[in-house]
Amino acid sequence: MSMPALETRDLNKFFGALEVTRSVDFSLAQGARHAIIGPNGAGKTTLINLLTGALRPSSGRIVLAGRDITAMPAHRRVKQGIARTFQINTLFMGLTVIDNLYLAVSERMGFATRLFRPAGRNRAVLDEVERLLAVVKLEADAGTILNQLPYGRQRLVEIAIALALDPKVLLLDEPAAGVPSTESHIILDAVDSLPKDIAVLIIEHDMDVVFRFAERITVLVRGAILAEGTPEEIAANEEVQATYLGEAGHG
Amino acid sequence: MTTETPTGSVSGAATDAIRAMASRHRIHWAEAIPWIVAIAVFFMLPGYRLLATQILILILFALSLDLIVGYTGIVSLGHTAFFGTGAYVTALLATNGVPDPIFGLAAAAVAAAVLAFLSGWVLLRTHGLTLLVLTMAVTVMLHELANDFDEITGGFDGINFTNSKIFGLVKLDQLWYTSSYLYALGCLFVGFVVIRTIINAPYGRMLIGIRENSTRMAAIGTPVHLRQVTAYMISGAIAGVAGALWVQVQGNVTTAVYSFQMSGDLLIMLILGGTGRLYGAFLGVVVFKILESTTELVLGTDHPYWQFAIGIVLILTVLFARRGLLGLFEDFTARLRGGSR
Amino acid sequence: MSSFLIEISTVLVFGIAYSMLLFIISVGLSITMGFMGFANLAHGAFAMIGGYLTVTLVGGSGAPFFVALLVAFVAVALLSSVFERFLYRHLYRRPELDQVLLTIGLVFALTAGVTFIWGPDPQLIQMPDYFKGNVDFGFATFPPYRIFLVVSGAIIVAGLFYGLERTRVGAQIRAAVDNRRMAEACGINTGRIFTWTFALGSGMAALGGGLGIQILGGIKPTFAFEYLVIFLIVVAVGGSGNIRGTFFAALLLGITDFAGKFYFPEGGAFFIFAITIIVLLIRPQGLMGKA
Repeated sequence: MSMPALETRDLNKFFGALEVTRSVDFSLAQGARHAIIGPNGAGKTTLINLLTGALRPSSGRIVLAGRDITAMPAHRRVKQGIARTFQINTLFMGLTVIDNLYLAVSERMGFATRLFRPAGRNRAVLDEVERLLAVVKLEADAGTILNQLPYGRQRLVEIAIALALDPKVLLLDEPAAGVPSTESHIILDAVDSLPKDIAVLIIEHDMDVVFRFAERITVLVRGAILAEGTPEEIAANEEVQATYLGEAGHG
Repeated sequence: MTTETPTGSVSGAATDAIRAMASRHRIHWAEAIPWIVAIAVFFMLPGYRLLATQILILILFALSLDLIVGYTGIVSLGHTAFFGTGAYVTALLATNGVPDPIFGLAAAAVAAAVLAFLSGWVLLRTHGLTLLVLTMAVTVMLHELANDFDEITGGFDGINFTNSKIFGLVKLDQLWYTSSYLYALGCLFVGFVVIRTIINAPYGRMLIGIRENSTRMAAIGTPVHLRQVTAYMISGAIAGVAGALWVQVQGNVTTAVYSFQMSGDLLIMLILGGTGRLYGAFLGVVVFKILESTTELVLGTDHPYWQFAIGIVLILTVLFARRGLLGLFEDFTARLRGGSR
Repeated sequence: MSSFLIEISTVLVFGIAYSMLLFIISVGLSITMGFMGFANLAHGAFAMIGGYLTVTLVGGSGAPFFVALLVAFVAVALLSSVFERFLYRHLYRRPELDQVLLTIGLVFALTAGVTFIWGPDPQLIQMPDYFKGNVDFGFATFPPYRIFLVVSGAIIVAGLFYGLERTRVGAQIRAAVDNRRMAEACGINTGRIFTWTFALGSGMAALGGGLGIQILGGIKPTFAFEYLVIFLIVVAVGGSGNIRGTFFAALLLGITDFAGKFYFPEGGAFFIFAITIIVLLIRPQGLMGKA
């Protein structure tokens, strides 16, 4: 059994007396297509924040490819190979699509602190930006300023920026959230075509998306893992049905 | 949505955009204008050389402020903290056996950078209004200290000093300001080239990223606080050089170099010209100083006509021309070209 | 031993008097910034205008001191409402920097206006007779005006708390400051509440300006800029939007400033900034601000 791409061991988080993450032992396999589902307030985004380092755990460990990163600050975890998208677009709205991607690629390749050579002369970065544009099929919008793009395509840039970081682990926080149904297929296509060697963890409410995408599902309720297994196992699980699947539907 | 178009058209848009980005740093012919004007002023307006020299130095000062305000998004009303420190360092060196002006500039840059590191490390943990207030507090505090320790600083009357020759060749001329003007122009050119290079480098793009969305920057792996501090240090160092120039040209330093009023004026000049636009500093300083001098010349200094006018101008700028004169110019040329880009 | 007691009590009385002045002026700014999120840097100018109106009414028209203060309060409350209606309202959704710049422009214009009318020299006020002389407390004597400031400050604080905690309007204000949207949902007209609290806060600034003339050595056109930093510091250290915070910050900073200058005439002004920097580093949101 190969080493998990990312795992947590007995992860806990308290906000004062409120426990938002409870003894979470979670494991993300390499190349995984893993979904986390759960009712609102279950602590899904909190878990992502703990994994990326936006939040410090109260106790427990986080291990990335065998390396303990619990104490590592967020920006260094990115360099170690974890990338995320946000539930609400967190992009450079006044800049073009290329500018957005350039920043991510430049930082990843270590060029962001270069003071002398003009940014436009860096062929390595520009080529990589061009490649990413093709991957998410945004070439036509390359020179468009973000706030002039429809929301769905902005969401695509959100995914592209995460990919620009060449991650080994990709955490997608409700990638289709807020996207009108007429546009949501472009997001789903993009998620489908993610490179197979990246371990992908997706938070989603939309069950159609979850069952289409996931090879493995974890159900989070009130900060603790209720159940975990293949989509068929979860669909058949009575406890899950009672607490979640019955009420939930579409995001 | 990628539509079915003849091949080359879809990738065409991408290639165009990439090509545009790749040539963004190229030198445009219009960039020569400020320097041509500066040389012309030297020959054609010899009577105004002191004012012109001050304008050149203030442009350098404003460029340093633009680096943090316009590009990194750090709003400061306390940039004179660095200006004043640079000024006192060079003056005190000159009166203590080290009168070389270039060395004075270098020492000023280092001292200001150290101050920027110490204050920036601590202040940049805050943001927004708290940060603004702290920048004000630091500069007012330095002003008070300069006043209180007047045995060292000469207090209100200040210290008079002279520098030795620049590169051992030319003395700073304090009568006709001939060499002073060219000295300031040379320093401005060097400073400008440094800033323009930084802005066009990936470092400059990164600063813009921090300005636009620092949360996103952190999420792509940028150590935001550290980068802000280094930008603050570069900006502070250049402001220190400007301060040193300012007092070297006049041969005198007073506590006015720490004035909070000057910090405010500088920010106004930058807003007037347009922030984050490199040449906004040039335009803003020139327009401000010319209007100021003209108002005082024509209407006299008995009454605060200028203060009133700049207040109204500032209010109108914020309400109607937020991106400054350069912003208005950009809108104008865009309209000439017919329609939006 | 006894002279030490006199010294300490003098420092405290004078320090607290100054603190009360700072509080009376700054509390309006704190509410404006905390409640509406509007950075009104012209607040010090409102205090300044209050001072000038008071001086003119007392000196020129021979009006009684307290009547002059009342008139200044009302006049500036009205004036500030005009500015709010025609200028500030356009900037509520704009970035903080824009608000800072606009209000600084206003300070320039108002300062120039004040210089046009009254000239650049400090204007002094003729205090009523009952404030002259000294009051004997047994162990020490103090100028009655300082005692008056301490007492008025306490009364105003008590009045504000009573008004906020015990009246219906006060409850509405507290609700609106705490969570604007919820308050609106409960049927509270937050826009109107803001207009009134803004006017009240500006009026109080004017009151403070008038009260401060005597102990600040006269009112001058540079007041608006000179004291701007101080008022902002009081708000920042206390935590914007929090009256209790502003009160404690004013006490802390006022006493520190006075004591600092009293014991260290050279370099005494340093302390108020040092304390500010230390507090804001440990708690950037201020002593009682929301995290």
